[in-house]
Amino acid sequence: MKKLARHRLFWPIVALLTLIVVNTIVRPSFISITVKDGQLYGVLIDILRTSAPLMLVALGMTIVIATRGIDLSVGAIMAVSGAVALTIIDASGDPESIATVFVAVIAALCVSLVLGAWNGFLVSVVGIQPIIATLVLMLAGRGVALLITDGFITTVNSAPYSFIATGYLLFLPVAFLIWVAATAVVSLIERRTALGVLTEAVGINPEASRLAGVRARGIIFGAYVTSGLLAGIAGVLYSSNIRAADANASGQFIELYAILAVVLGGTSLMGGKFTIAGTVVGVLIIQTLDKTILFLGVPPAQSPVFFAIVVIVVVIMQSPRLHRWIRGAASSRSRRDSDTTITKEVASR
Amino acid sequence: MTSLQTPVRETGTLGARYGTFMNRRASLMPTFAAIAILIILLIGAQLRFGNFLTPGNLSALLLDNAYLIVLAVGMTFVILTGGIDLSVGSVMAFTGILGASLLSQGIPVYIAIPAMLLGGALIGLLIGVLVQYFNVQPFIASLAGLFLARGLAFVVSLASIKVEDPAVLWLQRTRISFGGWYITPTVIIALVTVAVAVFVLHWTRFGRTVYAIGGGEQSAHLMGLNVARTKVAVYVISGVCGGLAGLLLTAYSGAGYPRNGIGTELDAIAAVVIGGTLLTGGTGYVLGSLVGVLVYGTIKKIISFMGAEQSWTQIIIGILLLLFIVVQRVIVARSIRRRT
Repeated sequence: MKKLARHRLFWPIVALLTLIVVNTIVRPSFISITVKDGQLYGVLIDILRTSAPLMLVALGMTIVIATRGIDLSVGAIMAVSGAVALTIIDASGDPESIATVFVAVIAALCVSLVLGAWNGFLVSVVGIQPIIATLVLMLAGRGVALLITDGFITTVNSAPYSFIATGYLLFLPVAFLIWVAATAVVSLIERRTALGVLTEAVGINPEASRLAGVRARGIIFGAYVTSGLLAGIAGVLYSSNIRAADANASGQFIELYAILAVVLGGTSLMGGKFTIAGTVVGVLIIQTLDKTILFLGVPPAQSPVFFAIVVIVVVIMQSPRLHRWIRGAASSRSRRDSDTTITKEVASR
Repeated sequence: MTSLQTPVRETGTLGARYGTFMNRRASLMPTFAAIAILIILLIGAQLRFGNFLTPGNLSALLLDNAYLIVLAVGMTFVILTGGIDLSVGSVMAFTGILGASLLSQGIPVYIAIPAMLLGGALIGLLIGVLVQYFNVQPFIASLAGLFLARGLAFVVSLASIKVEDPAVLWLQRTRISFGGWYITPTVIIALVTVAVAVFVLHWTRFGRTVYAIGGGEQSAHLMGLNVARTKVAVYVISGVCGGLAGLLLTAYSGAGYPRNGIGTELDAIAAVVIGGTLLTGGTGYVLGSLVGVLVYGTIKKIISFMGAEQSWTQIIIGILLLLFIVVQRVIVARSIRRRT
């Protein structure tokens, strides 16, 4: 039992289960899943479906954060990717053709790859701090998306394109299958090869890993490319869901929610050790909380207050000072004169 | 901040003197670059449009960007300590709608305005305490502040609230004009904020501590400077500036709106960086940030003169930001090489 409680995923999963249980007690229909026309329906299925864009973005963010970086541009990349895909479909004569949609999606993903590579270039080759390097694209990206759509919200009616976000395959939503596949691929590559360990090495100590012969530059570059590509898929899903490319609303604040999901899952923002399973749980917590807030009758616009409280509680619980206080109270021995504070601060660097 | 100076050789060509000056004052170079860009932009726009450099147009430049000037001042304090404050745009929206709501309920202006500033200060205090006492990264702590302020703005009101209070509208409508130039109380407030910030940063113990923390927090600590208090204080200052910007924006638009200022924190950060403040902290000038805001405002104005999409503003600001960051990299790399 004690071993179970120490597992790094213990508290995130407890939080998720608590949310589900509380919701079910208040509203028993929350947990029910029905089958209709060979498709599963229910609040839980809906959460799994709508979490797809955030899940993909958070997945990329986990890898970037593991290298001690951060990617603020994911929302902007989503906007660009959606704008590219919908503009191509809109300009083509036949929006219902699968070939058109295929070309549009591939083009959107290629553009996202290029944007991710641009971030990776700035961080790994030029050596700019990740926050600032990705801030450039965060600022300029939405402008680019607006230019692509000529400042309008491009809307299209294309059945094959909407299928990506709202369709069903084998009883399950396609969007859900996409994020499961993406998570599986990333987990396999990171955990079944040495790449995951090397990524963590770069995040824990870039200099030491370089001396040990790890090619940090390539790994960091790859992390941003991955993040860009996943954000591109998320942009396609988002625009497919609303059947429109809204350059301003697409992926707004998603970088913040993705970072929150990664932190909730137990990956430290200081880089190094990362957990993909934790990020999945973190995203599900956020989506469930979102649904709960909606259910409580709170206007969606006010929900950031709840997330702010969650962030504050989580960061305070993770802070070394609180742990020191608890330990100090437990051993009823406080040795916190100024000298030890300084040495601890030195140690924490 | 180099206090050790070798005596200047009296003789020397202009080029050599320039070299010596630049070596000593490398930190001023990005700010000079920003001023140069501003002048080039203004002259270029005048040549292109012929009616750009008019007193009315230049006065409007200050008027339209008064709120951003105040935000950039607060942001400069935070960035000088090596931190960052993402919450300012949301704080501005929150305090703006808070003030508008209080005034619409008949609460007098001498209570409503302090309440706005206090609201900003409290959110700043929360961020500062999280950063200093709970070792939270400034990025994450101010992210919590961003969410909190944005959500609270919508808690106050979901729709925009019109402001009819004569005192607040006076701030915007009064035009003290001389010739074709005019200045409004909002602009005066913004410029006074800049002046106070210059004084505080360059002539007070607190200001020197801000620079010292940015230069090296550990060293500042060992020098016996009050690091903890100063670090919390810069976030409170940024919060108060957010509240003040909320007042200016409310006066400017005549209403409080909870969706105001989405993404404004990025504009403020961009203005500070273009103005020559290093994001690693320790180097930079408030007056540079003022120049940065003016560069931003001029670009915006030129684009509206050209009748092009406003989205070009974002793209050009992004490119400028990148340019300045690369220049900063070069400067930092050079100064490290000189030291070793």
